[in-house]
Amino acid sequence: MSGLSGWVPLWPPAASAEAGTVDAIVLLLLGLSGAVLLLVLCLVAGFAIRYRRGSPAKRGALPELVQSEVEIGWTAATLLLALLLFAWAASAQLGEERTQSDALEIHVTARQWMWKAQHPNGAREINALHLPRGEPVRLLMTSEDVIHSFFVPAFRIKQDVLPGRVTQLRFHPTETGEFHLFCAEFCGTLHARMLGTVTVMEPGDYARWRAAQPEGDGLAREGAALFVSLGCAGCHGAGGGGSEVGVGATVRAPRLAGLYGRDVPLADGRVVRADEAYLRDSILQPGRDVAAGYAPLMPSFAGLLGEGEVQRLVAYLRERGEQPGEGR
Amino acid sequence: MSGDVAAALREPWDSLRRQREAAEFGVWIFLGSEALLFAGLLLAFAVNRTLHPAGFAASGRETDIVFGTVNTLVLLTSSLAMAVGSEAARAGLRRLALRALATVLLLGLTFLVLKGFEWAKDLREQLWPGAGFRLAEPGARLFFGLYWTMTALHALHLAGGLAVVGWLSWQGWRGTRPLGSPAFQVAALYWHLVDVVWILLYPLLYLGGRA
Amino acid sequence: MSGITADDAMAEAPQERQGDSYLTAETGLASWLLTTDHKRVALLYAAALTAFFFIGGAAAVLIRLELFTPASDLVSAEGYNRLFTLHGLVMVWFFLVPAIPNTLGNFLLPLMIGARDLAFPRLNLFSWYLFMGAGLLLLAALLLGGVDTGWTFYTPFSTGYAHSNVLLAALAVVLVGFSSVATGVNMLATVHLLRAPGMGWFRLPLLVWSIYGTALVMVLATPVLAAALLLVVAERAFGLPIFDPRQGGDPLLFQHLFWFYSHPAVYIMILPAFGVVSEIVPCFARRRIFGYTFMVYAILMIALLGFLVWGHHMFVSGQSLYASLVFSFLSFVIAVPSAIKVFNWSFTLYRGQISFQAPMLYALGFIGLFTLGGLTGLVLASVPVNRHVTDTYYVVAHFHFIMVGGAVTALYGGLHFWWPKITGRMPPDGWARFAAVLMFFGFSFTFFPMFVMGFLGMPRRYASYPPEFQVWHVLASAGAVLLAAAYLLPMGYLAWSLVRGRRAGDDPWNATGLEWRTASPPPRDNFRVPPIVEEAAYLYHPRHEGPRHEEQEPHRDQGGGT
Repeated sequence: MSGLSGWVPLWPPAASAEAGTVDAIVLLLLGLSGAVLLLVLCLVAGFAIRYRRGSPAKRGALPELVQSEVEIGWTAATLLLALLLFAWAASAQLGEERTQSDALEIHVTARQWMWKAQHPNGAREINALHLPRGEPVRLLMTSEDVIHSFFVPAFRIKQDVLPGRVTQLRFHPTETGEFHLFCAEFCGTLHARMLGTVTVMEPGDYARWRAAQPEGDGLAREGAALFVSLGCAGCHGAGGGGSEVGVGATVRAPRLAGLYGRDVPLADGRVVRADEAYLRDSILQPGRDVAAGYAPLMPSFAGLLGEGEVQRLVAYLRERGEQPGEGR
Repeated sequence: MSGDVAAALREPWDSLRRQREAAEFGVWIFLGSEALLFAGLLLAFAVNRTLHPAGFAASGRETDIVFGTVNTLVLLTSSLAMAVGSEAARAGLRRLALRALATVLLLGLTFLVLKGFEWAKDLREQLWPGAGFRLAEPGARLFFGLYWTMTALHALHLAGGLAVVGWLSWQGWRGTRPLGSPAFQVAALYWHLVDVVWILLYPLLYLGGRA
Repeated sequence: MSGITADDAMAEAPQERQGDSYLTAETGLASWLLTTDHKRVALLYAAALTAFFFIGGAAAVLIRLELFTPASDLVSAEGYNRLFTLHGLVMVWFFLVPAIPNTLGNFLLPLMIGARDLAFPRLNLFSWYLFMGAGLLLLAALLLGGVDTGWTFYTPFSTGYAHSNVLLAALAVVLVGFSSVATGVNMLATVHLLRAPGMGWFRLPLLVWSIYGTALVMVLATPVLAAALLLVVAERAFGLPIFDPRQGGDPLLFQHLFWFYSHPAVYIMILPAFGVVSEIVPCFARRRIFGYTFMVYAILMIALLGFLVWGHHMFVSGQSLYASLVFSFLSFVIAVPSAIKVFNWSFTLYRGQISFQAPMLYALGFIGLFTLGGLTGLVLASVPVNRHVTDTYYVVAHFHFIMVGGAVTALYGGLHFWWPKITGRMPPDGWARFAAVLMFFGFSFTFFPMFVMGFLGMPRRYASYPPEFQVWHVLASAGAVLLAAAYLLPMGYLAWSLVRGRRAGDDPWNATGLEWRTASPPPRDNFRVPPIVEEAAYLYHPRHEGPRHEEQEPHRDQGGGT
């Protein structure tokens, strides 16, 4: 479209806070690389012309300066440059990693060959993602089959989406507009068709859009139903309130209300943070990280639950976790 | 004896000493390469064992420790025989060398036969991680996936070693290969590697869950 | 002390010289297929590699044609996936990895260190047969319908989801890996034990050093790839779960194992190219190589560090950020030895007597393209930028600059440089210079636009794409036409020179190095008189003087005295 006007973009649109950081590093690297390339070209071309066979330029032994100091000089200089670049890029990355606490959380599920997203209120979209401008976003992504990769060039972000694991992607959209969503990891026949559109809207527009969506059951509400129907409540108590022998339930199991976000001591002495990954693992591989003081009795739900169901359960447990004090 | 040396000497070497040095140098590098092949598999084992300690321990209790231990002894003894054979060949002791090599062949075959019985038993006990796999622990299928791959690859290496030793023994017996040939030492080094790999596999596959 | 010059030798036995070169010592098909002569094995490899270069190149042409338009109209999406997989598999394992070590290296290594042959001549032939066996497996996979996993075989796609001949292709790669290991062992043993009297480690030409480093990497990295692919075969063929996430397996484990080989493999491809350029540049600049010792240590550093940077392929895979930072750090560090090499080549030109025959043009082109390729690697080594450009055409451009702009340009340069030694005929210099310049520009036109479109966000391995990228794809496809011409042209005139080319003397470029101290083409046993080495490599001028352009014999032979 832009080609028609004779104007071809050389720089992708920058629509996130991350894009600013990346573009700054790219510009610096471009400048430095350009300088080094120019230096090498000048050296090679300059010497090639000046010292072409038979030219009158002075020959003879190399000047003292060039004999060995210069070698150590450019070794040290390139090493220093490399370390500097590393330090800058690494600190930029580490700075970004500082958790943005109040992020809008959206679950993304990838499969051959589509993207499915589910908003906190249960609104779902396929191959599209609507986001409010100016609010930090956290995507919790998983795949139902092979490895995919969530790539939005305008945000300068990319994250592989793996089966059997939740990966996260945090970013902060700063510009409204429609942007490409690509799958960047080869995933089979229609890899090139696994596209989507990310629409960033003003917060007000986003709220209106979300309200207009057919309100599915919220993830957490669906999870609550699963929690009962799968029999989790039998051991963990209704509402995940936990249980002691003789207090209604027959088996002793950890209390789940208020669990999310806390540090959990494990039977083998380690301590883990109860985040999505931990909750998910505990449902699918309960024998792996057993909470201290409890017997490893829980059966694995791997293979019994679909990816979506695990997501709903985890969403429910999170919601329970954020209302501490209840149930006891 | 000098005719023997001439017969063992090959292009592009001028002296047998140098040729032997090269052969042993070459085979050591090859062994380094082979070691990394098994290292890749052992890494896969280590990673999965860390991910599923309970499943791996439970699976380790299902392998047959009697077969495993007897086979370890058989293989260690064969390495002793191989060392004797290679040194006897270098010293020109024909009868001893051939007898030792025959022992190696016998013990190597014993290992494979025992391994075959063990595999048959494993199959009867439904330890093939396909349909009808017996164990329910998470990770057990991974353990047995690696168990079958690693023991099969090891057996393949052992069979290759048997072929080489058999061929050398045949040539030594017929007299077509002089005992001074570096090939005997090369074969011995390879045989020891196969042995060492088994010594790593044995505790991982048979002792891990029983400690 | 003073070596026999070419003229003396010519005077001694002119008849014998003509009659018994390695090419004519024996005749008949069997004399080639059963040869243990390293020079003939090198030519066997060259023939096979040429065939594979055509196959891989044809796939590249079809890819570029398909991408001329945004829709997938020339081939289906399925067909496109098979094309780029074929291109990757063939070009990486059946062309680039063996390209320089197994052809030029095989031919030159014994000559350059004054040996009669490689340490294990029969192993050398055996490794060619392994290579051919692997090649036939791959062709079978191709003829039975192709493979669609990409050359990377990522799990769980390759183990559970691909409907193509993954098994055959994986076994072909395992087998070609064993061929690589056999070659590596052979070359290491040769360098260690067959150096001519007086050829100390620090008198070795840099091509020998770089092949030594390459062989080391081949021997130590390849088996890990074999392990990873055997596990894929076990999972796919026998249903043994290893990586399957549904059974609790870890799909990233495969990527770690794969890149533990495949990043060092990049150095397998580029190190020999460094060696070739290090031979050509001093010869045409008439100067000693600048900083020989630094060059040697740079090769060894690259070979070593190459094992420690694989994780930079996995910054967005979900590996821990701290692991990523360590790999990023090491990736920045590995840029240093490469930079040392570039600066040393540049300074070899300083105060030289430079002439610009075709091999030199290729070498200069290499320096330019490799520098750009290396610098764009810094962008990929920094974690935040890598998150944007990885898996896009930026990466495609980057590694093609290294492997094609670098390694293939050096291969052509080396081919022109040693063509007189291999065949006894000179390549036509005018045509060769034209091809060298065409290759440089054709390459740049093809791959430079890919940097831009990659940065704009064009993902790789896409059969169809949003229309705003078309202008860049059209540019790349147009450049590819020039590039294809530049690759085909030398095949034409080099073939012509076999019959009509000017006969070459023993040392047509006035180069140092033992390979030039014997006939062109060399006799079966390489040297009539076993050489003794008394000087370091690259003695193009006395140590404390520069080269004078009038002088007819501006160098002393590295070897000589009987």
